[in-house]
Amino acid sequence: MDALTFAVQLLNGLQYGLVLFLVASGLTLVFGILGVINLAHGAFYMLGAYLAWWIAAYTGSFMLALIGGVAISFVLGLLLEEIFVKRMIGRDHLAQVLLSFGLILVIDEVRQILFGKDVHSVAPPAWLKGSIQLTDILSYPVYRIALCVVCLVLAALIFFVIQRTRLGMIIRAGAENRDMTRALGIPFDKVNRYVFAGGIALAALGGILVSPISTVFPGMGDGMLILSFVVVVLGGIGSVAGAAIGALMIGLTDTFGKVFFPQFSSILIYVLMAGILLWRPNGLMGKGN
Amino acid sequence: MIRLHPTMLRGLVALTLIAAAALPLLAPNYYVQFASKAMLMGMVALSLNLVVGYGGLVSLCHAAFFGLAGYMLGFMTPESGGASFWLSLPVALLAVAVVATIIGALSLRTRGIYFIMVTLAFGEMLFYLFHDTKIGGGSDGMYIYFKPEIALAGFALIDLEKSSNFYWLVLAMLVGAILLMTAIVKSPFGHALQAARDNEKRALSLGFPVFRLRLVAFVVSAMIAGLAGYLSAAQFGFVAPQMLGWHLSATVLVMVVLGGMSSVLGPVIGAFALIGLEEILKSSFEHWKLIKGLIIIAIVFALPGGIRQLAELVLPRRGDEGPPAAVTPADGTPDPANRRAEAPGTNPQAQTRGEFQHV
Repeated sequence: MDALTFAVQLLNGLQYGLVLFLVASGLTLVFGILGVINLAHGAFYMLGAYLAWWIAAYTGSFMLALIGGVAISFVLGLLLEEIFVKRMIGRDHLAQVLLSFGLILVIDEVRQILFGKDVHSVAPPAWLKGSIQLTDILSYPVYRIALCVVCLVLAALIFFVIQRTRLGMIIRAGAENRDMTRALGIPFDKVNRYVFAGGIALAALGGILVSPISTVFPGMGDGMLILSFVVVVLGGIGSVAGAAIGALMIGLTDTFGKVFFPQFSSILIYVLMAGILLWRPNGLMGKGN
Repeated sequence: MIRLHPTMLRGLVALTLIAAAALPLLAPNYYVQFASKAMLMGMVALSLNLVVGYGGLVSLCHAAFFGLAGYMLGFMTPESGGASFWLSLPVALLAVAVVATIIGALSLRTRGIYFIMVTLAFGEMLFYLFHDTKIGGGSDGMYIYFKPEIALAGFALIDLEKSSNFYWLVLAMLVGAILLMTAIVKSPFGHALQAARDNEKRALSLGFPVFRLRLVAFVVSAMIAGLAGYLSAAQFGFVAPQMLGWHLSATVLVMVVLGGMSSVLGPVIGAFALIGLEEILKSSFEHWKLIKGLIIIAIVFALPGGIRQLAELVLPRRGDEGPPAAVTPADGTPDPANRRAEAPGTNPQAQTRGEFQHV
């Protein structure tokens, strides 16, 4: 493998890892702060992609699809928190698992009714079409580079919000000790709602952003859910930095695994997870190692 | 809590067994096959309850063991006839035991949410193994053209191609699994497992090997699920990756909660109820999964105690039983979910807090 091909694969792995980080960071925040396990996270990734396809098909604009898809998902997240998830805080994990499984069935079927079950693709915005010619035979799509940049900016934004703002301070305090935060009179329950809705919006955003480079299909959420779980297991629950490390590890392992060991590539990330579990059962950045 | 006199209970059990055994003589073939399917799901739910109900561990990879055993039968069935029952079943169960030991040993290093996620991930690993590679026909699955042959010294004892014979085999296996599970739950091993569920630190400090107890429960439970998967693959003559997928694991979990985790028999009843309900919904609505999802959500909020709670709401309670909180189910295991249902004054969150906090 020459240096240029290696660089292209590295870029692919990074880009995959960055998208994975967006989705998994939403999941890990909801785990860490609300203490709620949300199996329906992948369903929102799928729903985001379908919303993007639907809006883009009507308006012809990817940017509108992006904004509309994220906004609809965020509002949906607020509603779900108000109706269901609020009542799940403090319930046992079994109830949370069952509730989110029920939600998955409902979301899947509503998607079926509204959008059907066909496989679609979404066109990237016109100014991001085309690709950069690297050599005579090798080129790299501009959209993939833009995707990397957008994900990096969003990742920086997430870290900024959590580390440098008052909202982030409440989030960190709540993740550390829920009851104490509440006892100090901090409006933690209100923050919960926005964290949940934000997590859902991040999952949907991930689905929207990948819709121009991969296909939009009904089962896309399941695969993403499992990968996000592996990321959270690697990184540690509630740790956004851990999610970043875990997501990049998986993105690179998967991409290079497909290049070097094509027949074992789907098993590699689980071997990685097993190794991390043996070494640090609570994840790389998790509490209580 | 509805309690029956022991003699009445025994009579009821005997009547149910006679009715179940007589079904193939009375009902059309379709119902016989449907009943076999329901009993096999009942077996999976029963096995999962050893881990979830008695072990207190929410596992989401049970379908993987169910499907793996089915695929093992597929691999061992020759193209010209049925596989030997005496050889293929032990090999299938052994394969499940080996895989379950590895997955269990890794997953049981974790607790709470991690355990759920790790079991889900390992279960999906097996799903993708069969889905993405060609070993079992990929995403199309594989056909099993012949049912296993139960033969002794070259003579065929039971012809499983006949659906009534197959039904009786499944019924016998289910009764066997129920008896085995009852024995496990009542054994010192079962008591230690429940002690570890109720207070892990205390069980550890009393010297119980909690990790090993849970691993044994996990593997035994996986093997019973494997038995059901083996029989299921034989019944339908077809295995596909969906048999290993986590949607099936979650559906079985719904059956366990619906039937109640406090008794051996509860999950079996839950499985019958859910399978029956699905069958009715499937035939009446195009978008039946939407209704199934809504029903699951309703169960979580309105019926955390399962069918038993529903029966208590509908049937009047007898007044001569003393305080309801002192009542324990027939098998003598106290169950938090049921106690909650029986004592409406208690805070439903109070008893889940303990588990919630050490996550």
